[in-house]
Amino acid sequence: MRNEYRIALAGNPNTGKSTLFNALTGLRQHTGNWAGKTVSLAQGSVSFKDKTFQLIDLPGTYSLFSNSTDEEVARNYIVFEKPDVTVVVLDATSLERNLNLALQVLEMTTNVLICINLIDVAEQQGIAINERLLTNRLGVPVIKISARNKKGFPMLLDTIDRIVSGAIECHPAQMTYPDEIEAQLKKIEPKVSEFVGNHLSSRWVALRLLDGDEALLNEINKRLVPEGG
Amino acid sequence: MDKPKIIKLVHGQKGNIIKITSLNLDGVMRRRLLDLGFVSGAMVEVVRKSPLGDPIAFRVSQTTIALRKEESSRIEGELVSNEE
Amino acid sequence: MRLEELYEEAQVLSTSKLRDEIVQHLYERSHQLCHEGISYTKSKRDTRTDKLDAIFTSPIFGFPIMITMLGVLFYLTIAGANIPSSMLAEFFGYLEGYLTSFFTFLHAPDWLHGVLVLGLYRGTTWVISVMLPPMAIFFPSFALLENYGYLPRVAFNMDRLFKRVGAHGKQSLTMAMGFGCNAAAVISTRIIESPRERMLAILTNNFVPCNGRWGTLIVLASLFMAANFTGGLKSLVTTGVIVGIVMFGIVVTFFVSWVLSKTALKGIPTHYTLELPPYRKPKIFDTVIRSSLTKSWSVLIRAVKVAAPAAILTWVFANVFIGDTSILMYVVEFLDPFGKLLGLDGYIMMAFILGLPANEIVLPILLMGYLSTGSLTEVDSLVDLKQIFLNHGWTWLTALNMMLFSLLHYPCGTTLLNIYKETKSKKWTFLAFLIPTIIAILVPLIITQTARMFDLL
Repeated sequence: MRNEYRIALAGNPNTGKSTLFNALTGLRQHTGNWAGKTVSLAQGSVSFKDKTFQLIDLPGTYSLFSNSTDEEVARNYIVFEKPDVTVVVLDATSLERNLNLALQVLEMTTNVLICINLIDVAEQQGIAINERLLTNRLGVPVIKISARNKKGFPMLLDTIDRIVSGAIECHPAQMTYPDEIEAQLKKIEPKVSEFVGNHLSSRWVALRLLDGDEALLNEINKRLVPEGG
Repeated sequence: MDKPKIIKLVHGQKGNIIKITSLNLDGVMRRRLLDLGFVSGAMVEVVRKSPLGDPIAFRVSQTTIALRKEESSRIEGELVSNEE
Repeated sequence: MRLEELYEEAQVLSTSKLRDEIVQHLYERSHQLCHEGISYTKSKRDTRTDKLDAIFTSPIFGFPIMITMLGVLFYLTIAGANIPSSMLAEFFGYLEGYLTSFFTFLHAPDWLHGVLVLGLYRGTTWVISVMLPPMAIFFPSFALLENYGYLPRVAFNMDRLFKRVGAHGKQSLTMAMGFGCNAAAVISTRIIESPRERMLAILTNNFVPCNGRWGTLIVLASLFMAANFTGGLKSLVTTGVIVGIVMFGIVVTFFVSWVLSKTALKGIPTHYTLELPPYRKPKIFDTVIRSSLTKSWSVLIRAVKVAAPAAILTWVFANVFIGDTSILMYVVEFLDPFGKLLGLDGYIMMAFILGLPANEIVLPILLMGYLSTGSLTEVDSLVDLKQIFLNHGWTWLTALNMMLFSLLHYPCGTTLLNIYKETKSKKWTFLAFLIPTIIAILVPLIITQTARMFDLL
């Protein structure tokens, strides 16, 4: 049985994502290249029970529609490198914008953990967050931490552990769009499904095709289409 | 009740709250602004001007974002109130 | 069916409003989730950030505070690094005595002692004693400012100026990064979304002196510019000179950006968005430990890795003779006329050329060059150091020119490599080399010729 898992950290800039990464991995860090790319991402490991989690610190981005190199890097990692769990780090004091990114990640991949950081600051400002309700609504675990004060780490690691061991199943809630978009999706999604199979979420790819995301098109061609196919 | 007054973000005064009605931009900048929460219907507060007058900082979707006048002059909205 | 056909089909179905609707829906959903899942027990807003912004981005205090911060940061670095630097130098000198006795004890051949002790050991320990203390002060202090959230305010304040020269306000952030390491700063330009402004930031980042050049600038400023002052005043004058040099670098950055955006990178300033996050008190201890351990350490390791082979190479050059002249002297003599034209000399030019892999090793190579021709005095103190320079005909003008050349010259090898990786263009990488080089030659040339014309020496 394998005991090493890859955990990607995604999130907006200024959410304390790097603080969390540093606090968890300590000095066990290095920059690793992946998939023959020139892009290098910070990686670090953390041991929990009998497992080792390889944490990958994705670039901080506001969205994952590949408007910039950073967004493309983060998006490609989540979609094509398929980390065992994607942890989306949110800033508790500006959840509205942060959730926007989380919702995008939920459309892309299954094993997602929502990690609400800066909970200490939020509490000072009188912001109370009902994580159970959010867990229900989003279909994936939502937990609260304070990376600066190293609070909530056992819970975070335990939840990651239970996701990779299958004790928790993630059923990310899918966005429902206006009828017009849904109708278009219905037409195109089955065809996409034939094409990408189980590799990618066909609904998400269909959405991106409707959106005119050529960068993704090239990436899929590069990674999924067999040579000469 | 007066008819809602439509103004450009760039003309907002400190403390104004503006409900976005339209973005007259295209391409990547439009996408970027959408991602940051400048979607139609969103409430935007004018926070402050830079020492040299431009850019201007706006409060949108619980975060503070600074825009240059080139962009803020292309975003329009209803002047809702001076809530303070 | 091919994916391209599918894409075509999707495009036919799609409308131009689609992205708007998707994002708007995401936001509506976020808004709704927040409405359901969050309750506000106080109506308190983050007023602290508001109040601090009123000061830090104030029309009156904004700029003075910025310059003061920069000055204080440099002063702390310079004044604080003095004593540990000389202690380290003394310690390594002391250790060298033992190393030498050990080599004598082993009856090791002279050349081995030369390569390993006089070359490798002296070169690397020099880098450590000059580089480590300022790094151990600068990086953590800078990280504190960064973690506190001050840097985005600098970008906010400065944007108008950057815009005027066609650049992006966030360039001030990548420039700030450049104080640590230009190579890392080139990667950090990814935060600038528009390609044109990003290219400007990449091409001009080099005009911010990186950590590898700090040592050179600080040593020369304190030896030649602040020579007549003592104690705290000396550090203050040194700081003043360094701030001046940095300001000059910023002026050059603006000028080059302006010229480029009128010529090779023509175009209207494109999109600009900048987040001003709330101020957050950093965990001081964690920040300090982390940045001094990881950042200083990794930069130092890199410096030593490059310094070691370069030190050996220089020693070999200086000690392999063709006829009765060493290889090094051939190179020096060849470069000397050109160097003299710029108010420098052949040794300095050689040091900069051999220093291409990393700026950290320019000064050690220069010293090794100087020392290998004269007597092999030990460089225990800065006074000795100054004597070495004076013996080679240095004046304040030589020091000034060398500082300017160091500030303006081509980026180090690592930075050029990163520029190539980021731009994926040989042309732009070459320009990133060429533009600074031309400026680095022109500025000292003009200064030297002017000084000579007016007999300022």
